[in-house]
Amino acid sequence: MAIKQLSVFLENKKGRLWKSLNTLKSENIDIRALSIADTSEFGILRMIVSDPEKAKSLLEKEFAVSLAEVLAIEVEDQPGGLEAALALLNDNDVNVEYIYAFVEKKTSKALVVLRTEDNDLSLKLLKENGFSVVEDEAYTI
Amino acid sequence: MTKFKEEDVYIFNPERECMSREDLKELQLRRLKKVVKYAYDNVPFYHNLYDEAGVKPGDIKTLEDIQLLPFITKDDLRKTYPFDLQAAPKEDWVEVHSTSGTTGIPTVAAYTKKDIGIWGECTARGLASVGVHKKDIVNVAYGFGLFTGGHGAQYGAQKIGALAVPMSSGNTQKQMNFLKDFPADFLCCTPSYALYLAESFEKAGMDPKAIPLKGGLYGAEMWTEEIRQKLENKFGISAQNIYGLTEVIGPGVSTECHIKEGMHIAEDHFYPEIIDPKTLEVLPEGTEGEIVFTTLTKTGMPVIRYRTKDITSINYEKCKCGRTTARMSRITGRSDDMLKVKGVIVFPKQIEEVIMSMDELSPAYQIIVSRPGTLDEIEVQVEIDQANFSDSLINLGEFKKTIAKKIKEAIGIGVKVTLAEPFSLPRSEGKAVRVIDQRDFS
Repeated sequence: MAIKQLSVFLENKKGRLWKSLNTLKSENIDIRALSIADTSEFGILRMIVSDPEKAKSLLEKEFAVSLAEVLAIEVEDQPGGLEAALALLNDNDVNVEYIYAFVEKKTSKALVVLRTEDNDLSLKLLKENGFSVVEDEAYTI
Repeated sequence: MTKFKEEDVYIFNPERECMSREDLKELQLRRLKKVVKYAYDNVPFYHNLYDEAGVKPGDIKTLEDIQLLPFITKDDLRKTYPFDLQAAPKEDWVEVHSTSGTTGIPTVAAYTKKDIGIWGECTARGLASVGVHKKDIVNVAYGFGLFTGGHGAQYGAQKIGALAVPMSSGNTQKQMNFLKDFPADFLCCTPSYALYLAESFEKAGMDPKAIPLKGGLYGAEMWTEEIRQKLENKFGISAQNIYGLTEVIGPGVSTECHIKEGMHIAEDHFYPEIIDPKTLEVLPEGTEGEIVFTTLTKTGMPVIRYRTKDITSINYEKCKCGRTTARMSRITGRSDDMLKVKGVIVFPKQIEEVIMSMDELSPAYQIIVSRPGTLDEIEVQVEIDQANFSDSLINLGEFKKTIAKKIKEAIGIGVKVTLAEPFSLPRSEGKAVRVIDQRDFS
């Protein structure tokens, strides 16, 4: 199943990234994975956090925030580990919108966050082909 | 300024441009009386306006009596669109010009043959001030068409007997080829286009000084001494200012001589006043305020006490060049919020209307006008909030494009849309600063 990702709109201005993370820290929200997609004028901060609903309600007082469903999968932490998952999606014509890695590492596996144009199909394909998909509960404490 | 020769410049109409202030005032009063009666008798708008104000043409006995007459504004010109302010019979009209009308209703003015003659006379005075003679070629790179810029300069050149090249603006490669292959002696265009041309030559590996130009008459937008210095250094020629507006006649209402201490108003045709835009009181000589014009001789569409909204001051002292006509300083601003961007008139309200019409946008916005290189740019900042935030860069990019497209449809020129965080822009309540003009006109 999919997990919830928190996205925050940030202007490319000094202190904005810090301010958003400071807001999360003040309520003891843990960040499990994080990426920033940036353009010359703004960025989108994407995160997997311990309590996405709470994080959203905290941040939206000051920031534009949204929750989206993404997949988190385990891949082998070795050359070709991630490639195998992407090959599967590619063979099935599923386009990946973005991808980023988790901060932490679980045993010998690496964790990546994936957003594709068809999350349900991707989930089904990955599961059927033996990839371990992280369940919601495990990453939202 | 290597190529400027003082002996090249001359006074086109010394009888008028150098007449004594007493004689000029007498001429102005005679013409003022005539135009007020002419407008009152032939234009129902003026008839009603003056009746309501309780003033009759016969009440004008001195030049100061002009203050008995109410002002007119662009709104009055809109209300009388298209031709209800015309005084001359339709069969006498020979040409029509118009503002771009991006603000809604354009201002349309029909000219009689006499008006075209006056116009040519006025721009000829300006061209003579830069040194245009009968043997010369004048490249007119103002826009032609309904816009007054191109035609005004052409009529002036032709009045002198010079050859006018109606180049128009825009096709820069062709313009560069023309200036090289069919060398003009003088260039007339907006100062920002002249700078752009200079840069285009430099990019093509050519020194703009190599172009055998002798002088430039630039206008149709606000510019500064710094831009003048730049233009004079780049082309190695004198850069002089020309001012005008469609409502009055077009370019040539005032033109700068080589002394460059203000633009000589063609006072025998246009009577200037400086007012306080708030109290509407006429201000003493030399004070900065809004300039108001009365056309003394125009027969097609006479305007009487027309508020230009342009901020300037007037100096009545005789100029070192010998002319006695009053000189207005550079336009330093506007008494309303009109912006002139890339030569196009833009009111912030037009942009606001687009933003307000989009439900997905918050009503907060900011407009930033700048001139990063030689050309103007408008940046419109809007807010991203819970309602319109998309996690996808592609969607946000498309969102910006949609807004930019709608604004372009409204104002006629392209803008750069940027996205700001929620609550970061000034709100509509109170005196929010919605427009930041970073161009320096002071």
